[in-house]
Amino acid sequence: MATASKDDPASKELDPVYLAFVAIGGMVEFILSLLLWLITQRPYPKTLLPNFYQVGVRSVPVVSITGMFIGMVLAVQTYDAFRTMKLESRLGTVINRSMVTELGPVLAATMMAGRIGGAMAAEIGTMKVTEQIDALRCLGTNPIHYLVVPRFIACVTLIPVLSIIADFVGILAGALVSTTVLRVDSFYYWQHSNALVGLWEVFTGLGKATVFGAEIAIISCYRGFQSGAGAEGVGRSATQAFVQSFIAILGTDFILSVTFNNIYYSLWPDAEIEL
Amino acid sequence: MTGTDQPTVPEAVEDENGDSFLRVENVTVRFSQTVLRDISFTIRRGQTLAIIGESGCGKTVLLKTIMNLVQPSSGQVLFDGINLAKLGERALTQQRLRFGFVFQGAALFDSLTVYENVAFALRGHFSMTESKIRQIVRDRLLEVGLSTDIVTRKPAELSGGMRKRVGIARAVATNPEVMLYDEPTTGLDPIMSDVVNELMISTRTNHKVTSIVVTHDMKSAMKVADRLIMLYPISRLHPSEPQILYDGPANQVERSSDPRVTQFVHGEARDRLMELSRSSFDG
Repeated sequence: MATASKDDPASKELDPVYLAFVAIGGMVEFILSLLLWLITQRPYPKTLLPNFYQVGVRSVPVVSITGMFIGMVLAVQTYDAFRTMKLESRLGTVINRSMVTELGPVLAATMMAGRIGGAMAAEIGTMKVTEQIDALRCLGTNPIHYLVVPRFIACVTLIPVLSIIADFVGILAGALVSTTVLRVDSFYYWQHSNALVGLWEVFTGLGKATVFGAEIAIISCYRGFQSGAGAEGVGRSATQAFVQSFIAILGTDFILSVTFNNIYYSLWPDAEIEL
Repeated sequence: MTGTDQPTVPEAVEDENGDSFLRVENVTVRFSQTVLRDISFTIRRGQTLAIIGESGCGKTVLLKTIMNLVQPSSGQVLFDGINLAKLGERALTQQRLRFGFVFQGAALFDSLTVYENVAFALRGHFSMTESKIRQIVRDRLLEVGLSTDIVTRKPAELSGGMRKRVGIARAVATNPEVMLYDEPTTGLDPIMSDVVNELMISTRTNHKVTSIVVTHDMKSAMKVADRLIMLYPISRLHPSEPQILYDGPANQVERSSDPRVTQFVHGEARDRLMELSRSSFDG
């Protein structure tokens, strides 16, 4: 029986550097293939609606509840610090800015990574291990076009919408707690509430949510396609889909925040914050 | 160690008319280890070939390589003179629709009904009216002995035998030229196994298809196939030995001079028991 040597292709395939290159190459190939199908072929109409329903409609309650509690917690946590500076009437400024630029998009995306990302990876992974993806190919259908394109479109278009819902509910809940529980004067609260939130902040928040949506769809579907055999393999890819999406969301959030700030100050170098 | 029986039955390998419908040439498939090594054979139009061999010998990988679901590490598969591995997406899709693939677990789409499963390729690739598609789905389901009452059911609501038959109906729906069956009788009771065997025979007769059946069910292989190829796991072979231990008529497989072939055909443990006891002793 032949033994493995350094020249043996089998031993080369176990080299970690080689495996890392294969993994990166696989992901790049997957993204390019997705973009190609997205541009060249319309998605199957019958696959779009169920994905829009799953990603959008069914996520509204969880995103609303998350947004509501975050808005309320923000009010409670910032109140003391602002009160010591006699600035409690400006509570709405920081709550609204935080919700629109950071917490709305990031929390909506995080909830989606858990609720949708894991489910996508598990569904595609199960299809892979039960040979349904091979069956798609045999029936003349490209699995990326059939499975990934509609999920990608649903995530990219609906996660910004969910982010708006989280923003809206969070702002209302923050206002409610501030004006009723913390006794901040509602006139001054609302008068200062848009001081740090303009169109730029709204659009950068939505821009982030769009990027997060794309990341969740790509990572989760890719993990599904890479799923190992059996229930353990599918379970592991669902977990990986969530963890990797979560890390990607936080990492990209930082990069996008810095980038958007640089763009803002290069467009309006004399801009100053006016409270 | 005896050599391969391949040269002793040339009439089954070569087609008299030179009509090599499907030609597998020196195919090697390697994942983390080599699964198939230098496999070559030719199938003529209308032939039913059974690929037999023990679990893990690469039968399913070979079937998937034929349809280009698995890319060979070296060698090529020529279908009607075309190398599927070199085709673009659109051309490959057209060629794949000339095949019907019946998967081991049926691989029906969970989220779709029986009707949508059978109509899947018809809707996607043939400009047919819905009434025409409905007619084809009905005919194919009746052909495999299923009532049209089940069309609204999801695959999870069907028994194993029904799923397998829906899988056959789905594969035959596009009127393919080649049928590929992966372990069609595995996991079925003896009666349902025979039903599936009869369906494979009637599909060949009704649709004039070339068939390749991957199985380790010798009864099924002997009943449906006119030619057998036996593969052996690479891990049990000497590097110089061919992986195909037998390639010839189904009715002559018992006369093979290779004891490994007769051991498999008769389902005898022989040396494997010794190996098991040795490995448990080592453990």
